[in-house]
Amino acid sequence: MTIQFKDETFRGDYTYKNSDWAIKRFPFPFHEDSYMYSVNMEQHKGGPEGSIYEKRFDVDEHYLSEMRDRAMVLADDPLRCQSLPHMTLAGWDLLELIMVSKSEDYPDMFELHRDGDQWRWVNKPMGIDDSFTFMDETTLPYGPMEYITRQTQGDFAVLDQRDDNLWMDAGMITTQADWSLDFDIGMNFFEWHAPVPKANEMGIFIRALKFLLNVQQGAPARRLNWTMTVNPLLDTSPENYHKWGVQKTELAPENVGEKQHLRVELQTFFRLPRSNALVFPIRCYLASFDDLMTVPKWGRRLHRVIRDLPEELATYKGFIDNRPMMLDYLSAYDDGKPTSDGIWPDLESEPERS
Amino acid sequence: MSGVEKINVKVSAIVPLNELVTRFEFKRTDGALFPTFSGGAHTVVEMIDDGLTRLNPYSLMSDPMDQGTYAISVRRDDEGRGGSLFMHNNVKVGDDMVLSNPVNLFSLDLRAKKHLMIAGGIGITPFMAQIKQLDRAHGNWELHYATRNAALGSYVDELTATHPNDVNVYYDDDKNFIDLENLLDGQQLGTHIYVCGPKGMINWVRGKTAELGWPLEAVHYEEFLAPQPGKPFEVKLSISNKVITVGENESLLEAIEREGVDAPYLCRGGACGQCETAVIGYDGKFIHRDHWLEDDEKASGKKIMPCVSRFEGKTLVLDR
Repeated sequence: MTIQFKDETFRGDYTYKNSDWAIKRFPFPFHEDSYMYSVNMEQHKGGPEGSIYEKRFDVDEHYLSEMRDRAMVLADDPLRCQSLPHMTLAGWDLLELIMVSKSEDYPDMFELHRDGDQWRWVNKPMGIDDSFTFMDETTLPYGPMEYITRQTQGDFAVLDQRDDNLWMDAGMITTQADWSLDFDIGMNFFEWHAPVPKANEMGIFIRALKFLLNVQQGAPARRLNWTMTVNPLLDTSPENYHKWGVQKTELAPENVGEKQHLRVELQTFFRLPRSNALVFPIRCYLASFDDLMTVPKWGRRLHRVIRDLPEELATYKGFIDNRPMMLDYLSAYDDGKPTSDGIWPDLESEPERS
Repeated sequence: MSGVEKINVKVSAIVPLNELVTRFEFKRTDGALFPTFSGGAHTVVEMIDDGLTRLNPYSLMSDPMDQGTYAISVRRDDEGRGGSLFMHNNVKVGDDMVLSNPVNLFSLDLRAKKHLMIAGGIGITPFMAQIKQLDRAHGNWELHYATRNAALGSYVDELTATHPNDVNVYYDDDKNFIDLENLLDGQQLGTHIYVCGPKGMINWVRGKTAELGWPLEAVHYEEFLAPQPGKPFEVKLSISNKVITVGENESLLEAIEREGVDAPYLCRGGACGQCETAVIGYDGKFIHRDHWLEDDEKASGKKIMPCVSRFEGKTLVLDR
């Protein structure tokens, strides 16, 4: 399908909205009526037609507005994009991966023409047509990682692999769920995960690291993660907590459906061939409670998950204070009926309304 | 499925280098481009040898940027179980074969100010690709390559012709050996050491660097173990409820696969840890040959790496 790109904002007047198309394909992250951490990793090899899993790098109606928001974040704070000197090769790997994937997956929007190391990249939605020499940084306006991630939705953590560990040595992080690249740069997998409650004693990080160290070329992996955000705000960074943290107190019974957003991350993992680094794209999708309630199964399930979530997890995800208000809203959409397995809307198999 | 994504190829050239080593070159059957790879990566080559499927890892030694051809160099091992003999005796130009996607367990640390490479014999192969990668990036490297004599010095001529100042060759028969202590003494801060060769050489370099206080993170090594033949033994696989016999010339992992049990693997050379298997019970003794398990794990009798390790005794029960 042709995508109608929206002109919208993720700050100030918050005009961000999902179309019906975007709601139906929203990556609702709960496959059952309860939630606990798990590694929940699967192969990233396509998915149902039209779903956010179908393409290697999903492009949707929010593309142009997200890229504009990223440029604004970078203009205010250039340290959201960093690459340690040994990560340049991985940056070229990432540029190649995204250009090849997008030109193959969306030929009507992106074109890549290669003649040896002379490359031409056409990004029609953003009006870009650049020719450059592959592996020659002086022929691009930015370093290779920054160049391509200014044109690709989602955050990108580029992890060096050495000494049986992963190192946060490069990244483009402007749509993060309250973590900071500038703080984490150079840390290893255990260091940057250190503050998560409960998970550590479950040995979950050791298993996750083992899995990630073994992600192979040609076999990318994916998982979903989630949190809550008040207002459709992409840049929930610690650097700007003083601006957005206070917005959590603006939630009220009359605006909770509109302001409270479920924030879902599609996390994917690709081995980068030339550098042997691992790229970890973290793509953020936002849906308001009002949007989600248009799918009855999701309404029932979200109520049950939020109600039963252990207190320390609700605290960690930053919505413990607002949970009672969220539950007042959500309970109206839970009629106690059973829900089907899996994350999909299943609108056609809705139980009869009584 | 276990292992990694596969690539169908045709053998495009077979080039004997000397009495023991032959280079095999491959093109993709579908005419598409090979994936690029990082220097030090290996591919697992599938060989159908008289009904037995062998999967042996070999370092990719072609230019990582060359997506038209992959190349490996195989040293004939007359004492081994036959993987290298199969490559030397049975494989012909034009044959269809199956390779795995590249996997790198011996990658360059790109932070290094200098890459000091130490190769012994056929251990030269991963460095061939790493050198091409570093040359492109104007990396700082130096190779010390020990081999028996000039006649068996695979790629010596090519390396010394293209890099006369960076390549140092040592022939055992001339009683010319790497003066390791002096070599290490003169290195600048930020140097990383890479060693690939026979076990004795790896242990020598690791031991000497440790003695001289080199950080562990700056010393990289790769030794592919070929599974060794041994006495046949019987194994019970408890999850799949099968009793199997491991033959003299097959590995425990190959025997498990032969019985249709899907077991995880990656390097098949005792290095990566993927095939680690829990032991439920045993009466006999393990012949641990891998680099993965720690000594106390080997002594515990609770784990085995079926790609290279064997067992002698009455009963062995595995959680597989």
